[in-house]
Amino acid sequence: MVRIKLHKELHAATGHMDLQVDLQIPLGSFVAISGPSGGGKTTLLRLIAGLEKPKSGLIKFQEETWLNTENVFSLSPQKRKMGLVFQDYALFPNMTIEKNLVYALSKGQDKAIVSELMKIMELSELAGRYPVNLSGGQQQRVALARALVRKPGLLLLDEPLSALDTAMRSKLQDYILKLHHSFNLTTILVSHDFSEISKMAEKVFWLENGQIIKQGAPAEVFKTSPSATQSELMGTVQEIYTRLGKSKIRVRIGDNLVEVPLPAEQAQLLKINSQVTLQWSATGLHIKKG
Amino acid sequence: MNTAFWGTLLLTFKLATVTTVCLLFIGIPIAYLLAYSKRRVKPLFEALVSMPLVLPPTVLGFYLLLAFSPDRNLGEWLFEMFGVSLVFTFPGLVVGSILYSLPFMVQPIQSGFEHLPVQLSEASYTLGKSRWTTLWKVQLPNIKPALLTGLVLSFAHTVGEFGVILMIGGNIPGETRVASIAIYEEVEALNYQMANRYAFVLLAFAFTVLFLVYSINRRVNNIVR
Repeated sequence: MVRIKLHKELHAATGHMDLQVDLQIPLGSFVAISGPSGGGKTTLLRLIAGLEKPKSGLIKFQEETWLNTENVFSLSPQKRKMGLVFQDYALFPNMTIEKNLVYALSKGQDKAIVSELMKIMELSELAGRYPVNLSGGQQQRVALARALVRKPGLLLLDEPLSALDTAMRSKLQDYILKLHHSFNLTTILVSHDFSEISKMAEKVFWLENGQIIKQGAPAEVFKTSPSATQSELMGTVQEIYTRLGKSKIRVRIGDNLVEVPLPAEQAQLLKINSQVTLQWSATGLHIKKG
Repeated sequence: MNTAFWGTLLLTFKLATVTTVCLLFIGIPIAYLLAYSKRRVKPLFEALVSMPLVLPPTVLGFYLLLAFSPDRNLGEWLFEMFGVSLVFTFPGLVVGSILYSLPFMVQPIQSGFEHLPVQLSEASYTLGKSRWTTLWKVQLPNIKPALLTGLVLSFAHTVGEFGVILMIGGNIPGETRVASIAIYEEVEALNYQMANRYAFVLLAFAFTVLFLVYSINRRVNNIVR
C-alpha cells in the first residue's frame, strides 16, 4: 500500500489554493490523476518525489516512511525509491542515450539492466546518439527507461505523452503498460487524456482546486465529470460587431477564429481581448465571461 | 630593451593565468550559490560581487593598499603568519586582480546556471545523485559556453587592468610591471615606439580573444541548438 496524505498552500495565478489530498494506492496498481489545469496535479507529483516540501503530511511506501512532518522527517528525493518522468523528458544533453541510462545506475549496481531496458524499449540502435538528434517519442522512451534503471517501486509520470501525436501516444502507452507489469511497478500517471486514462489506469482521482472531488474507475468518474457532459472552450474576443440588429463576436480559440452570434445586450458586456468560455450543452450554446 | 619587453608581457600573461585559475575555483561556488539561493540577502552579495564593474579601479586599489599595508592589522597579520607582503608584490597583484575580475567570472557562470532547465538537476536528484555529482556530471558540462566566456573574459580583463595595479603594485620591472602600466610609463618618457609595441600586442590580443569566444559560442549553440 502506498499512503499519501499531504497539505500544501499554493499561491497560483488564480489566487490562494489549498492542496489537500489523502490517497491510498494498492501496491502494483496503475492509477491516474486528472482534472483541470492548475488543480495541483503536477505539484502533487513533485511532493511525492520530494522535490517540494508540504506544509504537513505523511508518505509511506509499503513499510517505508518517506515523509512524516509530525516527526519532522523527510527523505531526500535521492533516497525515495521512485522514478519520475518529466513532461519535457529532461534528458541530459551532454550524454549519449546509453550514458543517460548508465548515469542512473546506483553504486555497484549490475550494468545488465541498462542493456535490458534498451532492448525492451527498442533503443539499442540509438545507444550512441545524443538526445538532440532524437524524435519526441524516442526521447520519451529514453526518459522512461532511465527512470527505471534504479528499479524503483513507484513510477511517477507527469503528462508524459502530451507532446506526442496520437499514433506515437498509443505505442508508448503500450510500452508503459509493458514496463508496469514486467517491473512490478506501482504507477501514478498525471494525464488530461480520457482515452489514455481509460486504457491504462484502474482507478482515477479527479483533482480540482487542490481537492480530490471524485475517485473511482475511469468510466464512472468521467461519466459524471462536468467537462464530459458539456463541452467548453476558452478563448479571447477578437472582434465585436452588430449588423442589422444582430450581434456577433469573433473568438480566437487556439489558432482558430470562431464566429458566435449572441444577443446585443450580452455583446455590450464584452470587450476586445476579454476572456470568454464557450459552453455547449443540451440546451444550446452559452457564453460566459472569464 | 627587448628582454624588458618580453619580460613585461610574460609577467602580464602570468598574472592573468594565475588570476583566472584562482577565479575559476572561487567563481563556480559563488555563481552556484547566487544562482540557486532564494535568501533575502542575495541582492546584497550580488551587489558586492558586481562592485568592481562600476567602481573606479583606483578606489578598489586604494582600499586594498590600506588593507595590505604592513602597518595595518590585515597586512601585519599576513606578514607575521605567512611572511608575505601584498603591497608592491606579485601575490598582491593576484589578490587585487581576483577581486577586480570577480564579476567577469561569476556573472556568466551564474547566468549559465540560471538558464539551465531546472528539470535536468531535478531528474538527476530523482536518479539518486547528490548535488555534488549533479554539479560535476550534469550542470557544469551543460554550461560549457558560460564557463568558457567566464574564463576568457576574466583572463582578458586581468590583462587590461591598470588602476588597481598602479595603486597596489607600482611599477617594479619583473615583479609588478605589467603591459598596461608599461605603456603609460613609455608614453611619459616620450618613448612612443615602445608604447606602440605594447599597445599593438594588447589590441591584437583583445580582438583575437573576443573573436574566439564568439566563434566557439556560435559552434556550441549550433550543436546544442
